[in-house]
Amino acid sequence: MTDVTASPAPGIAKADDPGRYVVMIAVAAALAVFLLRDRMPALTTYPDGAIIPFKEWVGAVMNWLKVNLTWFTRSIAAVMDVPLRFAINLLAKGFKFGYGPQAVVLPRLSWLGVVGVMGWLGYLYGGWRLALLCGGGFFALALFGVWDNAMLTLALIVICVPFCVVTGLLVGIWSYRSPGFNGYVITPALDLMQTIPTFAYLIPMLLLYGASPVSALLATGLFATPPMVRATLLGLNKVPPEIRDFADMAGCTRRQKLWRVLLPSAKPSLMIGVNQVIMLALNMVIISSMIGAGGLGYDVLLALRALKIGQAMEAGLAIVIIAIVLDRLSQAMARREPAPAAEGSTWARHGNIIIAVGLLALTTLFAFAVPALASFPKSLTVTTAPLWKAGVDWLTLNLFDTIETVRVFVLLNFLNPLRAAFEGLPWLGVLLVIVALGWRLGGWRLALLVGLLGFFAASSGLWVPAMQTLYLAGAATLVACLLGIPLGIWASRSNRVEAVVVPVIDTLQTIPMFCIIIPVVMLFRVGDVTALIATVAFAIVPAVRYTNHGLRQVPVQLIEAGQVAGCTRWQLFRHVQLPVAMPEIMLGINQAILLALSMIIICAMVGTRDLGQEIFKALAKADSGRGIVAGLVIAFIGIIADRLITAWVARRKRRGGLA
Amino acid sequence: MDKTAAGAALPRPVKLSCHNLWKVFGGHAAQFLAAHGGKATTAELEAAHLVGAVRDVSIAVQEGETFIIMGLSGSGKSTLVRCLSRLIEPTAGELTVDGQDLLKATDAELIDIRRHKMGMVFQHFALLPHLNVLDNVAFPLLIQGVERKAREDRAMQMIELVSLKGRERRFPAELSGGQQQRVGIARSLAVEPEIWFLDEPFSALDPLIRREMQAELIRLQGVLKKTIIFITHDFDEAIRLADRIAIMKDGEIIQIGKPEELVSNPATDYVARFTQDVNRARVLTAGGIMLPASAGAASLRRVKSSAKIESFASDIVEAATPFAVEDGAGDIIGEIAPRAVIDVLTGKSRGAAA
Repeated sequence: MTDVTASPAPGIAKADDPGRYVVMIAVAAALAVFLLRDRMPALTTYPDGAIIPFKEWVGAVMNWLKVNLTWFTRSIAAVMDVPLRFAINLLAKGFKFGYGPQAVVLPRLSWLGVVGVMGWLGYLYGGWRLALLCGGGFFALALFGVWDNAMLTLALIVICVPFCVVTGLLVGIWSYRSPGFNGYVITPALDLMQTIPTFAYLIPMLLLYGASPVSALLATGLFATPPMVRATLLGLNKVPPEIRDFADMAGCTRRQKLWRVLLPSAKPSLMIGVNQVIMLALNMVIISSMIGAGGLGYDVLLALRALKIGQAMEAGLAIVIIAIVLDRLSQAMARREPAPAAEGSTWARHGNIIIAVGLLALTTLFAFAVPALASFPKSLTVTTAPLWKAGVDWLTLNLFDTIETVRVFVLLNFLNPLRAAFEGLPWLGVLLVIVALGWRLGGWRLALLVGLLGFFAASSGLWVPAMQTLYLAGAATLVACLLGIPLGIWASRSNRVEAVVVPVIDTLQTIPMFCIIIPVVMLFRVGDVTALIATVAFAIVPAVRYTNHGLRQVPVQLIEAGQVAGCTRWQLFRHVQLPVAMPEIMLGINQAILLALSMIIICAMVGTRDLGQEIFKALAKADSGRGIVAGLVIAFIGIIADRLITAWVARRKRRGGLA
Repeated sequence: MDKTAAGAALPRPVKLSCHNLWKVFGGHAAQFLAAHGGKATTAELEAAHLVGAVRDVSIAVQEGETFIIMGLSGSGKSTLVRCLSRLIEPTAGELTVDGQDLLKATDAELIDIRRHKMGMVFQHFALLPHLNVLDNVAFPLLIQGVERKAREDRAMQMIELVSLKGRERRFPAELSGGQQQRVGIARSLAVEPEIWFLDEPFSALDPLIRREMQAELIRLQGVLKKTIIFITHDFDEAIRLADRIAIMKDGEIIQIGKPEELVSNPATDYVARFTQDVNRARVLTAGGIMLPASAGAASLRRVKSSAKIESFASDIVEAATPFAVEDGAGDIIGEIAPRAVIDVLTGKSRGAAA
């Protein structure tokens, strides 16, 4: 905020000055509050008497909903259950008609058929390499003996994704057509939905729908739909104005314009949305295993709770395989050239579908004769669990001292002092500083927004856990940036480094949050250090990606101008590339903060003490008021950070534009 | 404006016309204009934080005419053509097509007019990326509900017309810029429009392709005889294609006339600056620079009054005698001395002709 290098015209500098003083006064006031903490403790520690009972209010509302709307939620659950049950039976369990000895059982799809179809899809969209990845990946699921649970997880995704995509598309179209509605309702709602931690979604679902696959499905749907709305909105707004004009000149009606011109033209953006929906849905389905989704997530959960590292790792790997296969396949589908106009025989138009269905039907039919096709023979499965266990045992035996030294060192010298500092932050002082920053960066509206959100955190009585969350998220973001930004800089300066780094972070981003924890727990057991490392691994991705991207898109003319002016390599970097790329890098840091916040909450599973733990406990007790309020506090921390950084970037860009 | 009358000598009915047309961007623009009696100066608009993109424009385009609107970027020519097609709602003024008030047309009527009477070609082609050439060209027919066989036959005819036969299954991304614009042209012609809007159709193409496409347009217009409203920022292009040119600056039309009139008689310095580098021998006609016929004119060699000077310049200079100028009926209406032609070729006649 004390950036004077831009050195604007004197008139602008004068206008800037009062803002700078306001922030400095706020910092001084915060310091004063801190120093006077013994005289006026109410300004440092929010007084218990003044706590606004949000938790009780929310709890009461949720209970009222539960009592009065059960008929409604039950009927929704019953409707949703039909396709879900069908998908689960088709993929995992088989159909059973009748009861007792007369029951007729129709088998599920043969594993070989599913593997074959995945391979065929891979071949269609990405040639032999993708075929090998998709088919091979799914074959590995069978080989490792996790087929049943993997198919349960897949069934949830297969039902959830189309639902999210259609909903997201419709909401996106709606908000595209009414910009006012979009600005005041949809965008804030999306912001909130994407910053509320995943766990917090589970609580109301658990309350209203009970522990069942349906509530997991609904939680997943809520969590995975926002990116589709955003992608639709972005895609529609990005359609070139000339194409809109063409649609009008051709005499399209409103509906023809939307469905025949705008949406098809926006297809690339829409497909990115679909890819994100798939990835988020997978992520959430795993987490929803806590409220009865079953499947692979449940395996991980059980194994983690019992600290059975081998099993957890095995199930976690299976999730990663599904994640990577679905990600690559959906990306390949998005990239593919549009198909030539359908022409000719049924075979030419529907041949691929016929092959896929035929493959499934044939293998499933043969499964009646050959049981090995119905379920992968147990004798052939390979389990890697002992391997992982042996690895961990070896590590524990040989490296325990080293790892423990590192862990204790980090804990004592870095994390504990930081935690103490954050826990001691006076609520009023922090509030003053963020309000002053908000005012300086975005005027009164922003100041009011961040002030109100911050006050909610203080007055809900969750100030200390909020600061504990902020401490872990802040520490993780700091480390992620300290490692990620230099890595991004390095990648931007060497194509060879980029060729290695980008696929690694792509894969890292594909791995569901839940699974990142597993190997870290293996080495560092539970506690803050584990949470920190897992969060850094997750949050480093945007830091690297945005830095690399920002530096690479610095215009060549600017660099040439610097070179002609006689800049050394360092001067060129310091005075040309870095300032131009700074807004982009800040957006990366912003993303890192948001990802860190969401990951920190998941880390409550490995014993942190913060808001995540609040929600985790609330989930265990189905205490909706407590869980939802804690979730909102986390969302608000995320929104405050996001708004302040975005405002700073916008200001910086505006100035750059003026200069 | 004073040139309108001279340009309107063509004996053809008016196809599209607008009268005192305004497009002002900003809040309450219509009330502001009404309060100022339908006229507002630049200063008044600026004081009210409004932008006058099209200001008090009146034009009348005749059937079969190639009417060019020429102006630099920001002159309002693109906004004007969008007002004429009602893609943008004009703030004030009148707009008629075939005598029908276009501004009063309902949405349904407007859709109908656009489906059957208007076609438009865009600077950046505006082809639909998900459709191949055939489907792109057939698209306007598709949304009218024309059945598949009929629309594809018609689209194929159009594709042949623009010499793209054999490429009908390609996608836009697989074509060069010139080929893409041929698709754009074919598509805009598929519905047999009467009024053909071309919004800087060749500006995104490189110079050689641009010349080729101009020649193509001249060939097509020779066959089709559409009413063309063509936008460009390139004066040479305007001169090459136009029956009449309207020159726009800051939202106003400052002169309308035949290319020859603009070159020989620019209304303002601004117009003169455009015309000064033009190859005048290619624009001026014998009729434009002739003097009254002398007594012995009947015995001289003859040129048509509509002949461009370029076409007989070398002959008259070699012959070193005056030529007689005859009108369409073969009557002698004047004569030209070699000196006058040499003046045109060397640029000396500038100003003298006025």
